[in-house]
Formats: sequence, C-alpha cells, structure tokens
Amino acid sequence: MQLTGAQALIKSLEQEGVDTIFGLPGGAILPVYDPLIDSTIRHILVRHEQGAGHMAEGYALATGRPGVAMVTSGPGATNIVTPIANAHMDSTPLVVITGQVATSAIGTDAFQECDITGITMGITKHNFLVQSAQEIPRAVAAAFHLATTGRPGPVLIDVPKDVTQSMMDWWYPATVEEFDLPGYRPEVALDDDVVARAVALINESERPVLYVGGGTLKSHASLELLEFAERTGMPVVTTLMARGAFPDSHAQHLGMPGMHGMYAAVTAIQRSDLLISLGARFDDRVTGKIPAFAPNAKVIHVDIDKAEFNKVRVADVSVQSNVAAALRAFDASGAMPRNLDVWWKTIREWQADFPLVYDEPSADGPLRPQHVIEAIAASAAPGTIVAAGVGQHQMWASQFWKFEEPGTWVNSGGAGTMGFGVPAAIGAKVGRPERTVWCIDGDGCFQMTAQELVTARSEGIPIKVAILNNAYLGMVRQWQEMFYDERYSEVYLNADLPDYVKWAEAMGCVGLRARNLEEMHAVIAEANAINDVPVIIDFRTDSSEKVFPMVASGASNDDIMVHPSQRGGAQ
Amino acid sequence: MSPEPFLGDVAHTPVRLHILSVLVENKAGVLARIAGLFARRGFNIYSLAVAPAESHARFSRVTIVVDAESAPLEQIMGQLDKLVNVVAITDLAPRDAVERELLLATITTDTANRTPLLDVLASAGAAIIDVDPGAVTVMLAGTPTSCDELEKSLEDFAEVELHRTGRVALPRLGRAPSA
Repeated sequence: MQLTGAQALIKSLEQEGVDTIFGLPGGAILPVYDPLIDSTIRHILVRHEQGAGHMAEGYALATGRPGVAMVTSGPGATNIVTPIANAHMDSTPLVVITGQVATSAIGTDAFQECDITGITMGITKHNFLVQSAQEIPRAVAAAFHLATTGRPGPVLIDVPKDVTQSMMDWWYPATVEEFDLPGYRPEVALDDDVVARAVALINESERPVLYVGGGTLKSHASLELLEFAERTGMPVVTTLMARGAFPDSHAQHLGMPGMHGMYAAVTAIQRSDLLISLGARFDDRVTGKIPAFAPNAKVIHVDIDKAEFNKVRVADVSVQSNVAAALRAFDASGAMPRNLDVWWKTIREWQADFPLVYDEPSADGPLRPQHVIEAIAASAAPGTIVAAGVGQHQMWASQFWKFEEPGTWVNSGGAGTMGFGVPAAIGAKVGRPERTVWCIDGDGCFQMTAQELVTARSEGIPIKVAILNNAYLGMVRQWQEMFYDERYSEVYLNADLPDYVKWAEAMGCVGLRARNLEEMHAVIAEANAINDVPVIIDFRTDSSEKVFPMVASGASNDDIMVHPSQRGGAQ
Repeated sequence: MSPEPFLGDVAHTPVRLHILSVLVENKAGVLARIAGLFARRGFNIYSLAVAPAESHARFSRVTIVVDAESAPLEQIMGQLDKLVNVVAITDLAPRDAVERELLLATITTDTANRTPLLDVLASAGAAIIDVDPGAVTVMLAGTPTSCDELEKSLEDFAEVELHRTGRVALPRLGRAPSA
C-alpha cells in the first residue's frame, strides 16, 4: 500500500492507539493536517503551542498513557519547548511531533526553520529528525516505546515537509528489534544479592520511612506499595510528584515531605534510621541542605534509572528496578523491620503537636486560600482530578486536598512551570472525561495560559478553575516578606485587573466571583451544578497568607518553620 | 574545560583520568549529544577521538578521556548510558589499557637545525612524512607519553603547527575491563 509520509504518520499514530492529539497547524506540518481529517483521532486545536504541550502532559498524568502534541516548525516548535522541558523533569511520557522545513532547505535559515532537535537534545529522552517517508513508522513506534518504557519521558519527532509529502510503502514495525534501538535496554533483571542486602537493612531498622516518589506512580506500583506498607507497618511519605500513590486517608500516611511538607513527614525523615526511596530522586525541595538531610539514615534507593544512584545522596543499597518489582521482591523475601511502636508513638506526637493549620477566616473576607481548597474538596465528587499551576496555591492544593488514588493530582514538579494548570486540567479532562476536573490556580499562573479556556469552550471540555486571587505573585511575595525585609519587588498584580469574570465570559465560559464566606459556598455549589461549559471562579484571598510549614532554601530540614500559631512551644 | 598538561607515563597516569571507550550508533548528531551531555552536566572532557568502529558503518567508537574529579565516574557513565544512541561503554583505567595517539608536526628547517632535529626524531621514533626545502612534517604514533615527550623536545625548534588526535585505547590483554 502506497501512502504519503503524512498519511503514514497519522496511520502510525493510530497504530499506537492514539485517541487524541493536541496541536496547532502551520506551514511545515500542513501536509499532516490533511489526512487527519479522515482519521478517527480527535484533534484539539489549541490557541498557543505551549497549551498543546501542557494538555498532552495533563492527559498523560491523568491516564498513564502517553500524551501526543503536534505543532509546526520554527516558533511552533519553540513554543512547545517549555512543556517538553517540564515533561523531562517530571518523567512524563510525551510524544511531540514538529514539522520541519524541507530537507533541501535545512541549514539555509529558511522561513520558520529552527534546529528543534538541537534545541531539545538536553530536554528530551530522545529525539528524531526523520530523513525519509519510509522511516516514519519506525520513528513513531520507537518514540512511543522510548516515551513509555524504563524511566518515561518526552520524545520529539521532527518531520521535514518533503518527507511528509513523498510516497512510501506502508509497513509497521512488529517487534522491538525493528525499532533499531541497539543502545536502549530499559529493563534490567533484579539482582538477588542486592535485594538480600536491602532486606537485611529493612530487617534491622527501627525507624524506617518509605520515601515515595513519582516513579511509584510511573510504574503503577500503588497496590504493591499499599500491601508492603500495611504488611510492614512502616510510615509513608509521598513527594509532590507522588501525591495519590498512597491514600491520604491511610493512617500510615504522614503526607508530603520537603520545603512545604508536613511537620511529621519532614521530621520522620530527619530522625529515620532507614530511608527506602521508591522512585524518588532526592530533589533539593525534599532534602533541603543535603549534608543535614536524614543524617542518621541508611538509604535503600530503588530506581529504574541507575544514573539517579549516588547523584545526590550516597545509597547503602541501590536497587535498579521499577518500584513494583522491587516491592514484590522485598515482600517475597519477607522483609520486616523491628517493632515500630516507639517510632510510631514519636511520630504521632509530632502529628498531634504540629498538624496543618491556618487562621480562621472572617465571614466578610478576604477568604483564606486553604479554606477555599477545603471547601471545594468537601463538595467534590470522589475521584475528582486536581490540576495546579506553580506557587503558593499549588502547595496549598497538595497540602489540603486529600488524594486517594493515582492520576488525581496533575502538577508541574521539577520544572515549576507557571501556567501549567489550565491547559493540564484540560488535557486531564480529555483523557478522563467521566471525572470532574478542578484546576486550583493562582492569579499569576492563570494569566499565563488562560487563552486555552477558549479551546476548552470550543471543544466542549468543561473544567472548573478556582483562581486563588491574592493579587500577587504570591510565592515570590512570601519570600520577599520573609527573606528580603518586606521589600516587595515586581510582585503586585492587582486583583481587579483583569476582570476575571468578564474575561471568563468573553471566552464563552461561566465567570463567578467570591469575596466572603457566603459567596464562597454559593459559587462552589453553582460551579458544581454546571457541567457543560468551563467555569472560572475568582476567589478573593488574603494577600498576606503564607505557606507553612516551610524550610528556607538551603536550610536544614531540622529548621522547619511551622505556622506562627504553633511556634514557641515544643519546637 | 582547561585540563592541566598531562605529562606522566601510563603507569603514572593520575587516577582522576579515566578512558571511556564508547560504542555509539553512527547517526547524525551523536557527537553533539555526547558533547551536550558533558557540557550541561559539568563533566570535563580531557580528550576525544571518534572513528567508525570495526569497519562497518553502523557504529562508531568514541574514546573519551574524562576527568573523573569533575563528577563521579558512576554519574558520568550512568548519564552517558542513558543516551539512546550509546550502545556500550567500557571504562578503562589507564593502567588497564593500551593507549595510542597520533601526533603530526610541521617544523621549519634550516641547515643549522636539521641535524639536531633528525636526532630528536630518531630518538622519538618519529617519521618524516612530508618535506620541502624550508620545512618537514613529521609523524609519531605512540603512547600519549611518547607524544608528550616529542612535543616537549620540539619546543626547541621553530614549529609551524602541531596536531594531536587524542588517544584511542583498548583493554590490556589479560585484564578484564569493567563494563
């Protein structure tokens, strides 16, 4: 069967089971948009290519399947660089297709030419510049294989216009061998000796902590984690990338560790004698000052990526494996720590002394952002997916929303990409249309990518957006208040400009506003009743509200600052 | 990226230098991927040599002498191994490797310096590969140390140009390399 390269590209995506492409056409990718008309694949036409990338990420985080985005060459390609970098930091499986100028024009500074494979070399797991139409199926099959196996990540396929316009004989690689990836060996067999050494450390531990990272979600190991944690009775902490990997309602769950982590989670790690890292990477937001991090703990580091071993923290045992297989092996070996009663007694005291708190909101407003999140959560359907931008609202969402299952928390961790929330929520809703999707956003983040609500409205993607509008770039404001003598530099945004309700309405969405408690409850109920169009709510929150607990940048986790109302006592 | 001069012989190679013999797919951009990785991770390359491997065009062999003090060798190898086009990495500690390097130099000659130059070349085992009335081009294929020594000896002469390839290496027979 003779096909054009463009037809082969679409057919290859169908072959990979792709149901949705997020994209925006342009000159170099134009040939591919023609056979798309005849395809069963749904295309979501975005308003900016960054939106396409974050939507694909939201889709991937909510479904566990790779997200797919397609854009044109030059500025189309550079506009999607931020989502690619974001996906690379968070190991999110993504396949990004970019148009490229014709092969004869490459290197001539042709119109809308840019070296996107060069630009994205350091922020993709791998990328391809496809040289002939005949090679398209191999590139697509290899891209999906790379994006989804081992440590997942973004893969970019750059396709010159003449390649999509020329003819090929249809074929599709049937086996991994045909992908032509001789250097790629994503899975390694578990080493029995290594498992035995890890189990020996577990068996002699008295103060263990399961330090659960995003790799636990990536390897679909939640069930194994639950079984292992319950059998051994160990405390669990879930990092920002792992929220939902272990139920927040579980008695063994101490919550999120790190810079804005729960006091008990942070302190349990600090006092532990064994840290079992499951697909986590000792990020600086978790460790704080590295030499002071969990100073008396031995470390078992489980990761599929061996380059993570001893990168930040030297491990006593490095277990190269996906998390699920490692936990099954630990279980099979009967790993069991010593009696943990004393350890739990200590942890329960920390939890009792330093729970998450915030000041009582006044009925007349301004609203407390934490209270808004709790109020939304209280009336949200079970299994609601929460997406967030980056900043204070993201930390509060992670702290105050209760996550019970994988795929319900969609956020930008490693890269900290402001503006992630709205498009990621849209992508999540496309992937899981039966779920309610709330975007907890900040006013600063919202203004970066809000145009995608036009996409959501026109494509019939009814997400709900809660803007915690404190009129500031709140996290930067918090640092300036705490560490720069309250010298506020370029952080004021103005709560009334733009008018978020009018903006929502201009985009065909429902716009609501709440300034006090009565309005807050009313607009949440109203938003919950609307299921056909996107709803945007402008919650007017207290500008001076800060995220606590907090470990200052570069400080030891021992110097965690709890909420002001909790200070002066047992600290 | 400014390595100190490396003047020891093989047996006295500072331990911080390691030779990575890296088999890569012979595809466009592979060298850029390796160079980019070293640059963004802050790993130092001391020397680098690339050529098609084992006479088939599918693979190339890249011999990278790395400064294992700029980053732990485990990190360098782990990150390198993640490059999809990297097929295999062999770590050769200098004392476990046989290493060779090619040196080419053009030296201005006159009646006064010709004899001493010939003496230097003879004692280094270098060959003359091109001549004209005012200059000679010489070649030495030898250990990095012998190339270092010749380079030093040639400092006494009016040298026009000197090029070295960077070393290539294979495991010393009878010693198992660590993969």
